[in-house]
Amino acid sequence: MHCAATPMNITDIKNMSSSVYVAGAGVISAIGNNAAEHLSAFEREEAGMGEITMLHTRHHNEIPVAEVKLTNRELAAMTGLPREASRTALLSLAAAKEALADAAIPGFDSLRTGFVSANSVGGMDKSEDFFVDFLANNNKGKLRNIFDHECGSKTEIVADHLGISDYMTTISTACSSSANAIFYGARLIKNDVLDVVIAGGTDSLTRFTLNGFNTLMILDKQFCRPFDEHREGLNLGEGAAYLVLVSDKVAKTLSRAPFCRLSGYNNSNDAYHQTASSPEGTGSYLAMRGALEKSGLTPADIDYINLHGTGTSNNDSAEGTAIKRIFHPEYPPMSSTKSYTGHTLGASGGIEAVFSVLAIKHRVIYPNLRFKTPMTELGLAPETRFLKDQDIDNVMSNSFGFGGNCTSLIFSRS
Amino acid sequence: MKIYIRSSSCISPQKTFGDVDFLSDIVEYTGTRLSAIEPGYKEFIDPKLIRRMSHIVKMGVAAAKDCLNQSNTEMPGAIITGTALGCLEDTVTFLTRMVEQQEELLPPTAFIQSTHNTVAAQIALMLKCHGYNNTFVHKGISFESALFDAIMLLKEQEADDILVGGTEELVDASFAVLTRLGLYKRRPVSNLELFPAASKGTIGGEGAVFFLLTDKVSASNLAELAAIKTHYKPKDIEAEIIAFLRDNSLNIDDIDLVITGKNGDTKNDEVYRQAGLSLFKNTALANYKHLCGEYPTSSSFALWLAVNILTKGVVPRVVIEKNTKSTAPEKILIYNHYQNKYHSFMLVCAT
Repeated sequence: MHCAATPMNITDIKNMSSSVYVAGAGVISAIGNNAAEHLSAFEREEAGMGEITMLHTRHHNEIPVAEVKLTNRELAAMTGLPREASRTALLSLAAAKEALADAAIPGFDSLRTGFVSANSVGGMDKSEDFFVDFLANNNKGKLRNIFDHECGSKTEIVADHLGISDYMTTISTACSSSANAIFYGARLIKNDVLDVVIAGGTDSLTRFTLNGFNTLMILDKQFCRPFDEHREGLNLGEGAAYLVLVSDKVAKTLSRAPFCRLSGYNNSNDAYHQTASSPEGTGSYLAMRGALEKSGLTPADIDYINLHGTGTSNNDSAEGTAIKRIFHPEYPPMSSTKSYTGHTLGASGGIEAVFSVLAIKHRVIYPNLRFKTPMTELGLAPETRFLKDQDIDNVMSNSFGFGGNCTSLIFSRS
Repeated sequence: MKIYIRSSSCISPQKTFGDVDFLSDIVEYTGTRLSAIEPGYKEFIDPKLIRRMSHIVKMGVAAAKDCLNQSNTEMPGAIITGTALGCLEDTVTFLTRMVEQQEELLPPTAFIQSTHNTVAAQIALMLKCHGYNNTFVHKGISFESALFDAIMLLKEQEADDILVGGTEELVDASFAVLTRLGLYKRRPVSNLELFPAASKGTIGGEGAVFFLLTDKVSASNLAELAAIKTHYKPKDIEAEIIAFLRDNSLNIDDIDLVITGKNGDTKNDEVYRQAGLSLFKNTALANYKHLCGEYPTSSSFALWLAVNILTKGVVPRVVIEKNTKSTAPEKILIYNHYQNKYHSFMLVCAT
């Protein structure tokens, strides 16, 4: 065990390392409990949405969601966490463990390692149960259900299990949270603060978020139809995903070649409205544009866009407008994998980053399920088939959230 | 590269905001909860918006705007905030309605404003700032994480004039829960008697403190943020402090003042007491949590305090624990820990 120090001296930030590589990936969502299961679900075109079975809510018959198909008890057995743990932490550890095992980094314990995770509502799945009793009487409610409410607690629990103590932090920028975690992790490596960062995010379904999105009237009562003219909203999902990011130096020690590089990233703010996107998609445009500039690529170099594509009227038209502005008239294949996983909120940027990385590794493009009619004003047609043996060198992944927080990542074959 | 603080603004349970003398008129509280003194918000926020904003959002937006005003900056290059618990008022409002109305006919406003990034988002919205925007939510190092992000952005030459803040609000529900969890004292105490009366528990607090960071040298810069470091469950904290100072070519005798995160809880303060007997034996010491209360991003208040001590050249009597130097401090070390898990050091120097 090395010392629990974060090398955060300003003077410690020296030469910017040129590249950050992806050495491993782990993911859990409604369509699979690991990366391999996801790939086969994509190929079978099997969406994860269905009737609510685990969340206790009065909406269980009316609103479809994309639940991870494991109970807390099963997740606990799989991860080694107690089954009373927040589902957010259980999902996080499941995915982070897979990512770390996948990366198989030689001499991991002797490297400067960090865990940068994201989530949107922390331990709300437990807190909302606590709150029922607490509201009736402030002296009631089991304290163990509220003790780990903070977003940062989820990160800490998982970092402790992974044996990471050099550095950890938590980011929460709504639906772009884990995309920001990934590129923050990459910057910690670029600035020579750390050698290895496990970065991504997690979120479990809660009554709080389900009801929150329901009040906004942006939940589709059917399975969502991203980028379709007749889309009627999003389906909420849950899950977690992490990438293992490594420095140049560590990449050279790996027993197998890294998946790809994180070549571009950008975080811009739409600065238009707390929840709605600007009609012209200013934030999304700036994020995509900025990520392209960072990577030194042109729009024509992008081989696949993993869309934010929530299925809401507002998001898809704003994102589509921004894509048109950048890519018109030659569009790369694009799809919203939220048509499989639902919108996993704080986890979505991480989950879709893993899908982007797997697209490069396995040379595949995922279908945008249930797409029939292009949006009238844009005419964009996402890919609807599962495509194999594709020449995919550069993938863009979009994540946009409440508060105007827009982030795009670009992964490039190394 | 050096990092400078161009301006700062602080809303706290003390008179720290606007045109006031530096901690000369101290507010005494008796109890275990300190609430921020709210300024007239109309000067900083569109009156139509004020009504809809929660306590933390109003504090955050006003402190951010005032911080920019202090340095005549219209548009920051990036906005980064730290908050451990985020927008509790709106979270509790939405939860309460959800339970009471059994998940039916809920208004969306509280949910919309409950996300942890609301403060940073509302600042961006108010300024129409399209730049980098991030929010860190990692317990006792949320503010430090935000600061470190800003430092990296400056180093990367990605942005300049970076607005960084620490915000936290204490609401009735969180105060009740944290009291039950044993964080606060069981009996009322005067905040001005917090340290002499050390016992189990501390007093809760809240606030919003913002800073504008740059790497450009200017005569109007307030202070240099020379170094920052965080540790998770360190085994030997004094050795880490010594190493931190050594990394900056300093030893403890070079430090004119140490501001510690003492909070009046005997167990919490043991680590400071130990250091006071050894490493800090001959060092001037100051405390701040009797002024702002304990909260996860309270180190932002400590940084505001350090900046003001450096620019004004005086250590306010109310913060002094032990003074050994009569000259104006030039190098200040802030050492805070949160529940003995997260320890942070900040080195702040006169420009």
